[in-house]
Amino acid sequence: MAKLKVDGKEIEVPDHYTLLQAAEEAGAEIPRFCFHERLSIAGNCRMCLVEVKGGPPKPAASCAMGVRDLRPGPNGELPEMFTNTPMVKKAREGVMEFLLINHPLDCPICDQGGECDLQDQAMAYGVDSSRYKENKRAVEDKYIGPLVKTIMTRCIHCTRCVRFTTEVAGISELGLVGRGEDAEITTFLEQAMTSELQGNVIDLCPVGALTSRPYAFQARPWELSKTESIDVMDAVGSAIRVDTRGREVLRILPRVNEAVNEEWISDKTRFIWDGLRTQRLDKPYVRRDGRLQPASWQEAFAAIKEKLAGTAPEKIGAVAGDLAAVEEMWALKGLIGLLGSTSLDCRQDNVKLDPTAGRASYLFNTTIAGIEDADALLIIGANPRFEAAVLNARIRKRWRMGGFPVGVIGENVDLRYDYTYLGAGTETLSDVAKASKGFFDALKKAERPMIIVGSGAVSGDNGAAVLASAAALASEIGAVTEGWNGFNVLHTAASRVGGLDIGFVPGKGGLSFADMTSGSVELLFNLGADEVDIAPGAFVVYVGTHGDRGAHRADVILPGAAYTEKDGTFVNLEGRAQVASRAAFPPGDAREDWAIIRALSAVLGKTLPFDSLAALRRDLYQSHPQMRSDRVEAAAIDDVLRLADKAGSLDHAHLGSKLGDFYLTNPIARASKVMAECSRLASGETLQAAE
Amino acid sequence: MLQDKDRIFTNIYGLRDKSLKAALKRGHFDGTADIIGKGRDWIINEMKASGLRGRGGAGFPTGLKWSFMPKEVGERPHYLVINADESEPGTCKDREIMRNDPFTLIEGCVIAGFAMGAHTCYIYVRGEYVRERQALQLAIDECYEQGYLGRDNKCGWDYDIVVHHGAGAYICGEETALLESLEGKKGQPRLKPPFPANVGLYGCPTTVNNVESIAVAPTILRRGGSWFAGIGRQNNTGTKLFCISGHVERPCTVEEAMGISFRELIEKHCGGIRGGWDNLLAVIPGGSSVPLVPGADIIDTPMDFDGLRDIRTSLGTAAVIVMDKSTDIVKAIARISYFYKHESCGQCTPCREGTGWMWRVMERMATGHAQKREIDMLLDVTKQVEGHTICALGDAAAWPIQGLVRHFRAEIERRIDEYSHNAHDVKPVLEAAE
Repeated sequence: MAKLKVDGKEIEVPDHYTLLQAAEEAGAEIPRFCFHERLSIAGNCRMCLVEVKGGPPKPAASCAMGVRDLRPGPNGELPEMFTNTPMVKKAREGVMEFLLINHPLDCPICDQGGECDLQDQAMAYGVDSSRYKENKRAVEDKYIGPLVKTIMTRCIHCTRCVRFTTEVAGISELGLVGRGEDAEITTFLEQAMTSELQGNVIDLCPVGALTSRPYAFQARPWELSKTESIDVMDAVGSAIRVDTRGREVLRILPRVNEAVNEEWISDKTRFIWDGLRTQRLDKPYVRRDGRLQPASWQEAFAAIKEKLAGTAPEKIGAVAGDLAAVEEMWALKGLIGLLGSTSLDCRQDNVKLDPTAGRASYLFNTTIAGIEDADALLIIGANPRFEAAVLNARIRKRWRMGGFPVGVIGENVDLRYDYTYLGAGTETLSDVAKASKGFFDALKKAERPMIIVGSGAVSGDNGAAVLASAAALASEIGAVTEGWNGFNVLHTAASRVGGLDIGFVPGKGGLSFADMTSGSVELLFNLGADEVDIAPGAFVVYVGTHGDRGAHRADVILPGAAYTEKDGTFVNLEGRAQVASRAAFPPGDAREDWAIIRALSAVLGKTLPFDSLAALRRDLYQSHPQMRSDRVEAAAIDDVLRLADKAGSLDHAHLGSKLGDFYLTNPIARASKVMAECSRLASGETLQAAE
Repeated sequence: MLQDKDRIFTNIYGLRDKSLKAALKRGHFDGTADIIGKGRDWIINEMKASGLRGRGGAGFPTGLKWSFMPKEVGERPHYLVINADESEPGTCKDREIMRNDPFTLIEGCVIAGFAMGAHTCYIYVRGEYVRERQALQLAIDECYEQGYLGRDNKCGWDYDIVVHHGAGAYICGEETALLESLEGKKGQPRLKPPFPANVGLYGCPTTVNNVESIAVAPTILRRGGSWFAGIGRQNNTGTKLFCISGHVERPCTVEEAMGISFRELIEKHCGGIRGGWDNLLAVIPGGSSVPLVPGADIIDTPMDFDGLRDIRTSLGTAAVIVMDKSTDIVKAIARISYFYKHESCGQCTPCREGTGWMWRVMERMATGHAQKREIDMLLDVTKQVEGHTICALGDAAAWPIQGLVRHFRAEIERRIDEYSHNAHDVKPVLEAAE
């Protein structure tokens, strides 16, 4: 700890603090542009200048100077810094004036207006008029992709975007070229950035130089209602803020959650919102004469009741898709139970994860923040860069600290950090387990090694065996001990862990997902499972939001609410139950999914025992108390050890991610024009003009 | 006046044989091994006793700088880096050393390297110095051949010298920008602290010294710090290469004792001012970055750090730029402003934005197309740049203008008046709408 005086106030701060942090601790606000807690220190904006006693007779950049760099007074007095002296005030005014002389004063047409650091700080620390009589600099705008719009004349060269892309995102595609007043931020060749995290530069940019292209000229920040919520694009459960005007979602921004996403979100999370407007199911449909025709809720329910009457209970089934909240799965599970069936499944991707084996067998046990404590990593059949982009940034963060060997079994792709590629298939996994690969030693030597098994690797016929082998390897290398659980499953769907937690899996004698969708049931309730084909034969009741694959195959469509339109619990891959809040209302006649199922249950004469969300949650919490809080309870390591005992020989198979196109993984994304454009760019297709 | 026996650079004009053999005859590498044998502490104490102040412009005591390096070499190797990126307009001393007397530098590198525990030395040569680099490389190759460099050399200290050729950016003469450039990165100054002696080249302890500071070290150690300290004035000791350019009869680079008066320096070595002393207008005594002084102020001033500080300018690199009364002084400073605007690296705000602003105002002042109140505004802008930047380029851009306004405000005002008096003569020019 270091002691110092800030504006005469004595404080004690940790040794590694900078003057800026120490000043904040003391309650003195220091303006800044280039400094950002999660990026390296550039010290180039010079806005944070403070006066240091005993130093040279000029102000010092507080973001770059550590408290330990301060010298005590001649008689051992505490080192002192000042943030409110005339020297500091003059310096700030000077820097602010310099920043503004070449900054276009186009705030009225700037998307950053109203939430602009430069605007705010100019108000607080600037002077009222300009002395600059020369012409302002103009800079050509650059094309850096369909997501980030550039108005480079506004750039103040803080280089936050450059530091973010190189340090966090792991791409060196943005840089500062040229020098002096001709310096410009650019991608050199003016091509789209390839990162899945590039949207974060929009938040980082303290001015309106980098703004959201899809959101351009859509709204002003002060006319938006802000709702704190949870993202469902992947299983990470990033904290987001949904900004709406009326019933339209206009943008999605990250919130800070140190345990999960720090303050980053992936591009899919951020730019998905235009998909919430298109292809929406806004009224019930019933298939008549082979065609889906609009119907009223009563007609739709009646059609289901009619079908139910002639169906034996064991021929009834229910499947849940990737975006379903715990509440609606709970309601559907209850309804199927009341109808006398045990056929339900939430494992659309056919992962061989079994809740009866214990929570530790399907969770990301290390936790996301725990990655930073690990000292070796083996990735089996996963591509975290696409399956969980924000989690991958955390791995990269740990990797950058050094002393973190990473090995990969599966696809040999760019993960944004260096790794040892071990092989593609199950043989490699066996080899590593038999210690015949060098990487085994790296894992064995590590004190807190981690294994990440992708959901792609544990799906299919071989899945259970791969999972058991991975568990066996984890226990062999000492990754599963009291106090450190390094066995991790990387889920890709937001609903999966919640579904497994509440046991949305086949009960005794129940049919699996594959069985139900291949024609073994006559009446199938489909809660938003859009990524599989359902064989002809069954009568499908589809509860969902978009006119996607599931809706096309449906016999009755019950329009539900998307994740921004309902209050729903989502359990992320760590087992963290987080509640997404309603930011807007579902379109047209669409309703919240749990309410649809509750209403249907009444029509079917099997009324569910709750008539409000609160009552449903009371019911849910009674049997699953962990859903009540967003804290992660460590799962029992015995689950992993028991799983390890089941390890046997592995059949030959490739271990790879089965995610498909990152930008098009769910019905909302497939309805989004922006995501389609990203997907096109990522796949390398080029547009051609019609001739 | 400095006597010939006290000259350190005996072949600065390249009039004699430049080979190693001839250099040995002139006394270079004489007893280098003995000096090294006396140990690190003796060398550093002797350097401190000599009072040598860094010749790169800032005048930081060289012996003290060497002593900042960690005493023991730990896990990280130590490096010596020689700043031969001599880009300051007006300065042309290091190039003469590299071209004509390179062995002074090479021997200095070995001794300085020993004093700070470095086995490797990088010499960063300015991009435009092609011949200088070739001459230096030739000399280094010769030293390797004759066993004065490399492993188990005659000096008794394993040593390698690598010549690195810059790409011609002024900012790479700033020591941390130089290190960045040497590492292959964009030449932008680093934040200090940490200082290079702690975290320098490739993150290792590094000392960056000017060519001249290192080149004089062997002679100082051979003849003793007290000999060097006996030349010049207290706190401004030794000999110095002065580069006199501009409106003198014979511009030259000459080694002289510190503290020589300006008059003597010009009379003895340059044949006087062009058109006589009455024709002297102003002098920039230390390279383009220091404030100019009117001729009358400087004539009898001792040319050293403290003497020039007393007349509110600086010795800098001792690049004396003499301007006679034919000079358009405002235009001259405007040109210097353009230089700093062009060479600003663009990293930090005050310099990036301020240098362009100052240059544009200066250009207008040169023609008189300005308001008188803008003179004070310009002065205020220079104050806002000065001391607010990461490196000293901001200061360097500000000082010439401050010097101009301090001493030649009347001239600027005269031009403004003249311009506005003539304003009615300017006929409006018709322009077609586009």
